[in-house]
Amino acid sequence: MRRIQSHPIINDPRTASIPFTWLGETMFAKEGEMLSSALMANGVSIFGHHFKDESPQGIFCANGQCSQCMVVADGLPVKSCMTAVRADMQVLPMDGLPQLPPIAPGTQFETRETPRLDTEVLIIGAGPAGLSAAIELGSRGIQVLLIDDKDRLGGKLVLQTHRFFGSSDAVYAGTRGVDIAKKLEDQLAALPSVTVWTRSTALAIFEEKTVAVYREGETYTLVRPQVLLVAAGAREKNLAFPGNTLPGIYGAGAFQTLVNRDLVRPCENLFIVGGGNVGLIAGYHAIQAGIHVAGLVEAAQQCGGYKVHLDKLVRSGVPVYTRHTILKAEGDESLERIIVAQVDDRFRPIPGTEKVIPCDTVLIAVGLDPVNEFITKAQEVGMRVYSAGDAQEIAEASAAIFSGKIAGNEIAQELGRLSEPIPQEWVAFEEVLKSKPGKQRSGELPTQFQGVYPVMHCNQEIPCDPCSTVCPKNLIYIDPKDIRNMPEFVPGDKASCIACARCVAVCPGLAISLVDLRKNNEFAIVSLPYEQDAQHLALGQLIAVTDIDGNALADLPIQAIKKLPAYRGTTIVSVEAPREMAVQVAGFRIIENLSLEAFEGTEDQPENLDDEAYICRCERVKAKDIKALIRLGVRDINQIKAETKLSMGACGGKTCLAMIRRVFAAEGVPFSEVTETRVRPVFIEMPVAALANIDEESKGGAL
Amino acid sequence: MSSQKYDVIIAGAGSVGTPTAYYLALAGLKVLVLDMLASNGQGSNKHAIGGLRATHSDPAKIRLCADSLEIVGKWQETHGDDLEWQENGYSFVAYDEDVEKTLKDLLTLQKSLGLNIDWHDADGIRALAPDINTDGLRGGTYSPQDGSASPLKTNFAFWKHAREHGAEFHFAERITELQVQGGRINGVKTDKASYSAPVLIDAAGSWSHELGSMLGLDLPVRPDAHEAGITEAVGRLVGPMIVDIRTRPGSSNFYFYQHGSGKIIFCVTPNPLIWGNLDLDTQSYLPHACRRLVEVLPRLANVRVRRTWRGTYPMTPDGSPILGPVEGLDGYLLATGMCGQGFMLGPGVGRLMSKLVTGSLNAADQEILQALKLNRSFDSKEKLK
Repeated sequence: MRRIQSHPIINDPRTASIPFTWLGETMFAKEGEMLSSALMANGVSIFGHHFKDESPQGIFCANGQCSQCMVVADGLPVKSCMTAVRADMQVLPMDGLPQLPPIAPGTQFETRETPRLDTEVLIIGAGPAGLSAAIELGSRGIQVLLIDDKDRLGGKLVLQTHRFFGSSDAVYAGTRGVDIAKKLEDQLAALPSVTVWTRSTALAIFEEKTVAVYREGETYTLVRPQVLLVAAGAREKNLAFPGNTLPGIYGAGAFQTLVNRDLVRPCENLFIVGGGNVGLIAGYHAIQAGIHVAGLVEAAQQCGGYKVHLDKLVRSGVPVYTRHTILKAEGDESLERIIVAQVDDRFRPIPGTEKVIPCDTVLIAVGLDPVNEFITKAQEVGMRVYSAGDAQEIAEASAAIFSGKIAGNEIAQELGRLSEPIPQEWVAFEEVLKSKPGKQRSGELPTQFQGVYPVMHCNQEIPCDPCSTVCPKNLIYIDPKDIRNMPEFVPGDKASCIACARCVAVCPGLAISLVDLRKNNEFAIVSLPYEQDAQHLALGQLIAVTDIDGNALADLPIQAIKKLPAYRGTTIVSVEAPREMAVQVAGFRIIENLSLEAFEGTEDQPENLDDEAYICRCERVKAKDIKALIRLGVRDINQIKAETKLSMGACGGKTCLAMIRRVFAAEGVPFSEVTETRVRPVFIEMPVAALANIDEESKGGAL
Repeated sequence: MSSQKYDVIIAGAGSVGTPTAYYLALAGLKVLVLDMLASNGQGSNKHAIGGLRATHSDPAKIRLCADSLEIVGKWQETHGDDLEWQENGYSFVAYDEDVEKTLKDLLTLQKSLGLNIDWHDADGIRALAPDINTDGLRGGTYSPQDGSASPLKTNFAFWKHAREHGAEFHFAERITELQVQGGRINGVKTDKASYSAPVLIDAAGSWSHELGSMLGLDLPVRPDAHEAGITEAVGRLVGPMIVDIRTRPGSSNFYFYQHGSGKIIFCVTPNPLIWGNLDLDTQSYLPHACRRLVEVLPRLANVRVRRTWRGTYPMTPDGSPILGPVEGLDGYLLATGMCGQGFMLGPGVGRLMSKLVTGSLNAADQEILQALKLNRSFDSKEKLK
């Protein structure tokens, strides 16, 4: 079984007790578990074969967007990532085209009129932005319908097991994402003017300024809001390389869904492409789930994510190869190995630097694009529409919480329910939360020291302040004018550090250690935060401590292991270190890894490698097919659509229409010369029975 | 600034303009196609659902569509491009006496015109569409040589081959003025340049009235809006295009077929018609079309709809196209008013227009042009359009 039995942060009391079959073989799922997770937990990672070329299909977005995880459940083609397992469900792979189940002769369906619903505000997406906006609106008694296609609230917050950066006061910094989701949900529950529909998908926006919403198992409804707020988040960008559609290559979001939401261990040996926060965090989550991380490549000279996220990964032992890229993925039915290579200043692979790395899964974490189709369409039909969170601008979830708050207030103003202007400092603060990580500094560690004190290994300006808010003696100072400033430990005359270790536990970057020289001035007790499963640690055990950058310092014995009840999931591990070394100790290795030199080289690099990459995975359109059209003079994506069917497949262009930009760029055509396609309904494929509101009674077991 | 000279300028790179350009270029003429949109087929062509039939009631349309069927049906053989042609036939089905009578009356006429179409009883129809709702089904017509192809791929192929034969296409360029000298067309001005030519072919479809009004013409072509949809691809369920001409609240008929790839493509004719060059999706179409779909083929209840869209039919008062010259305005040729059948008429019309321009019309061609000329009464109505 590929289930995570013990996890340092998440606890799922459900056991896999619901029987279902896959190709006739009995398997077990947890109550309410999505089919894709249940299948992967049972070792099934190939869900079918494409009808066009029989290519194997597996999980890709795990988010209801891409249709690559289709299976046949009780005779019906369904997205396995959005379909909960029912007892005794019979599941088959989607091999080729599905056959619709037969219907009893003489069946006559009764259909119902499409219900209509008016509301003051409709919010699409109950993630950090949507929830915050709903709270602002609901607290003013404004009528809100909040919809989300998942079965629980929080959006991607529920996948985030790490503590958040940002401001403690404004956006719950220092709290784990999954716990923030709960806090927001609890606040919302107290607001009677807010109606929440989960498992409800926005399908279309019409000329009549209505939004079509399908509520699973209920009805297809036309909602007419006075104001629409799009808080639908982001979707992951993808990369073009040969083999890019093999099962085992998927987005970091899909990975976090499997691991952190469903406690499934989808792989044994993971490789990550992309050193932004998403990739760095996913790597850390993998380690928390007990998955070996073989490495991470980043094409730029430096990882773009927060330095402290990078440091966490590196200290754990994960090799990070900057100025490297993935060239190719290989495998028979699913991923077996990848080829990576060094790149030059213009991101071109340098011949001779190719290395073959065996791995069973690659996470693509190369950035996010706003989910913008709702906004585009709402503007087209002339609706009053706002956006918040990633749907507005890609940034951290903490910024999304705050941008939802601002959008909620703006809408309240628009509806005439709030007369005071939105404080200027809110807008300025939102910009702070959205800001990109600042320059890295070489951390200046204290040299003159005695007694006990925290060491701030923090070495980059990022918006973050929890350490300054938890110190019971108020000894940690961050200039409140801009929380991107570095924290300082400022011992006062009257108060001194009491070694409570709250700052150690709360730091989202795991970048604070506590050095205690009170007992022995030559050997310090250094306390470190640890967010992995602590069960395998024992007093006296030797651990390989490192500095903040992951450089090995020494093997030191564990002196103490303790938990702070207020800081769920964090363990404080203490070691004894010589006085000079003590300030440098920032963490310890968890996994053993190989350096790149240990892998075999290869010269297997055909010319124009990326020609073989799939741009449209649904209709199996390769980069070379598109390049041929561009060379013919085609500058209208509609024409590429017409000839190749690109973007006309099951996902409706959600992956390829972002990737195609790079194909034009590769052909030297500026995208300003290119005409884009029109957004048309439906945003998500939906059965005829649902759209016609076929009456349950008349189905008579036929559906 | 002297303007570039062409033999023919075509207004519109759609279902009619693009094949017309191909046949004219093939005949060796210097052709320029102007379209205000970003590429070929972006007006009404891409909204067509792909049905291609000769089984009409008007002899001129029958001839033109028979030509189109021949051109499209043999295209892969003659030109190499896969237009997704399938000879899947059309079947108009009858669930009540009135419809049965209408269809059978028409059948007599169609057979007299030499069309391959016959009446099939309910069992015969079930053989063509095994899952069809047989409750009340009385039978229907079936015309096995009709079929379907991709309007998108067909227009792309005509564009590609027209260019290979030297036709020029200027996109995102809007005609702002038609230039006339001594009662004869001699060029056009656009928002970007001027071009001269002795012949201008109006293949602007839903935009024809606007074009004609530049010369004070009041062409009887007005757009009305229609919506269509497509599903995911599923295993084979139905052979021919099924047409259900029963009136339902909101629509006068409903038709669908299964594309070669397995997708179901479906369309309704709104009742009353919705006039205007409208292209925003309406809230009523999807539920309505889905209800009509399961009414005829209940098994489709489980198929998932992938996408819908809306486009226009350039309608004429009698439901037939307008082809040929405009009296008193030499060189201004009409190839417009296809009434929602531009895709199936286009290749035949294109070839005919080329013959008209090059002076190689035969007697049968002249009969067509006579029947579809602008100066006609427009009082007969095409049956079962």
